[in-house]
Amino acid sequence: MAKNSILGALLRKEILMLKRNPFIPRVIVMLPIMVMLVIPLVANLDVKHVGVDVVDNDRSQLSRRIAADIDASEYLTVTGHYNTYDEALRSLERGKSDVILTIPPHYERDMESGRFPKIDLAANGVNATKGALGANYTIASVAATLRLTAAMSPGPLTSAAAEADSNPVSVMYMYNPTLNFRNFMVPALMVMLVIMICGFLPTLNLVSEKEKGTIEAMNVTPVGRMTFVMSKLIPYWVIGLLVVSIAILIGWLVYGLIPVGNVLSIYLAAVLFTLVMSGLGLIIANKSATVLQSILMMFAVIVVCQLMSGLFTPISSMPEWAQLITYAVPPRYFIEIVRAVYLKGTSVSELWMQFVILAAMGGLLCATAAATYRKRS
Amino acid sequence: MSEEKVITVKGLTKRFGDFTAVDGITFDVGRGEIFGFLGANGAGKTTAMRMLCGLSRPTAGSGTVAGYDILTQPEEVKRSIGYMSQRFSLYEDLTVLENLRLFSTIYGMSKREIKERGDIVFRQLGMENMRDTLVSDIPTGWKQKLAFTVSTIHNPGVVFLDEPTGGVDPLTRRKFWELIYRESSRGMTVFVTTHYLDEAEYCNRVSIMVDGRVEALDTPRNLKEKYHAATMDQVFRTVAGAAKRGD
Repeated sequence: MAKNSILGALLRKEILMLKRNPFIPRVIVMLPIMVMLVIPLVANLDVKHVGVDVVDNDRSQLSRRIAADIDASEYLTVTGHYNTYDEALRSLERGKSDVILTIPPHYERDMESGRFPKIDLAANGVNATKGALGANYTIASVAATLRLTAAMSPGPLTSAAAEADSNPVSVMYMYNPTLNFRNFMVPALMVMLVIMICGFLPTLNLVSEKEKGTIEAMNVTPVGRMTFVMSKLIPYWVIGLLVVSIAILIGWLVYGLIPVGNVLSIYLAAVLFTLVMSGLGLIIANKSATVLQSILMMFAVIVVCQLMSGLFTPISSMPEWAQLITYAVPPRYFIEIVRAVYLKGTSVSELWMQFVILAAMGGLLCATAAATYRKRS
Repeated sequence: MSEEKVITVKGLTKRFGDFTAVDGITFDVGRGEIFGFLGANGAGKTTAMRMLCGLSRPTAGSGTVAGYDILTQPEEVKRSIGYMSQRFSLYEDLTVLENLRLFSTIYGMSKREIKERGDIVFRQLGMENMRDTLVSDIPTGWKQKLAFTVSTIHNPGVVFLDEPTGGVDPLTRRKFWELIYRESSRGMTVFVTTHYLDEAEYCNRVSIMVDGRVEALDTPRNLKEKYHAATMDQVFRTVAGAAKRGD
């Protein structure tokens, strides 16, 4: 009972000091709003405006239709028609286009006679993503044109259509059918915000008490270290949930993104994950003598959290040794939960493994935070 | 002053690597005594005091404070002492009243006790109209008086004061010492470090630390006789003048 009233008094102190801080309350509200509003607009990884140069050596009805269909596509634009490949290459080298499509002479005639002529495709690999995706989009567009032409004029083109259809690769993007980058980005930003706010704020709070000397006033009292650490964790637990709420709200109001699954499972994950990050922050604070030192340490942790958790780059495309490391990076599990709930509507029972790991990590880190907090040096 | 010992220290030592900050100090402090703990900068005063308060683990030696072993029962020691450090041990972003409430609650006082005790101390300090002022907004002298009051709010048997009157004028220091006398007359033991040698004259007994060791320990009068000095200032110059470390 006495312990509870001490914790109550300490929490009251934290809240009063937080309220009187000229800076922190603004960070807690403004940072999520700014990040959620601005970043999805600017950090857009959708590949659009792929420039295609067409070298049409055939000049037939079919070749003209292929070029027109490319130009009509949402992602592709025909940036120029050239007579020779070399001319097109110069345009690509000047950065005006990304892909060169060369249609061989007598393409339509050879196609009708079933000789399967080849269209030649060259893509600029300097911007690897744009080059690779641009080439794929162009192939898809040509295949669609051939299929459509075959369907409209049965007979001579059927063989070509058969070839197009025999292409075994048919891609369907599940859960994010339009591959909308924002659907991927909004949950990622939510996770990033929790990492930053719940990682940095408790660390700064504890270390600044060290710098001001007030921590000594606490250490010389009978306050238990568990009680003291709890008083530093609980406020950021609430703040973490507030940040998640702002992110969910903006995701819905601005981007129309509503979790397919139960929103409460996101909160449950957030409850565990804020403990993980705050616990980590407090451990760093316990080991740091100055605010500057703790910021540098936290920064290193946050860089690893953001780059090695699958937040912005898929874990599956990392080298194998790096994939093994990601199992120890806590946000990995939070991201998996948030994405699965947002896009697939996965339930807690299907994600139990991620929840259990997060809970274990949170418990372990908070216990370590309490254990590394020294009342006596 | 009774014979009862509130602080006993035997061969207390603290080493940081190769550096011996406190080198086997031994002394006793009786109940109700005002014990002046003097020494040049770097002599080891603060380190010794931190060991007595359970903030620093001794490397060697032993000691008891208020009947508890400082090695094995630091948390029990903390329950029975008050401590005011040279850096203000109050929260600047909290008001006078909020600070008082926070520390009173930590020492296990009930809401009613806190209210009663608060009313009394604010009247005594003449701070009734400052209750809701942020600590950062009150003058240094007031902060020191408040910090002292807060550190003794739970009526501890011993209070440790680490340079409590730094940076204020003689009149304000004088008022602060009136507070110390009042608590001492009620039986509280006061263990105080200071750089002001006039304050040493107010103490019942004074120890002077030099390079981690206690070089002199007696009443101010006896010390002056022993060193043939007119003031404690001269005593200090004679004893601490031999120091090898310091600024």
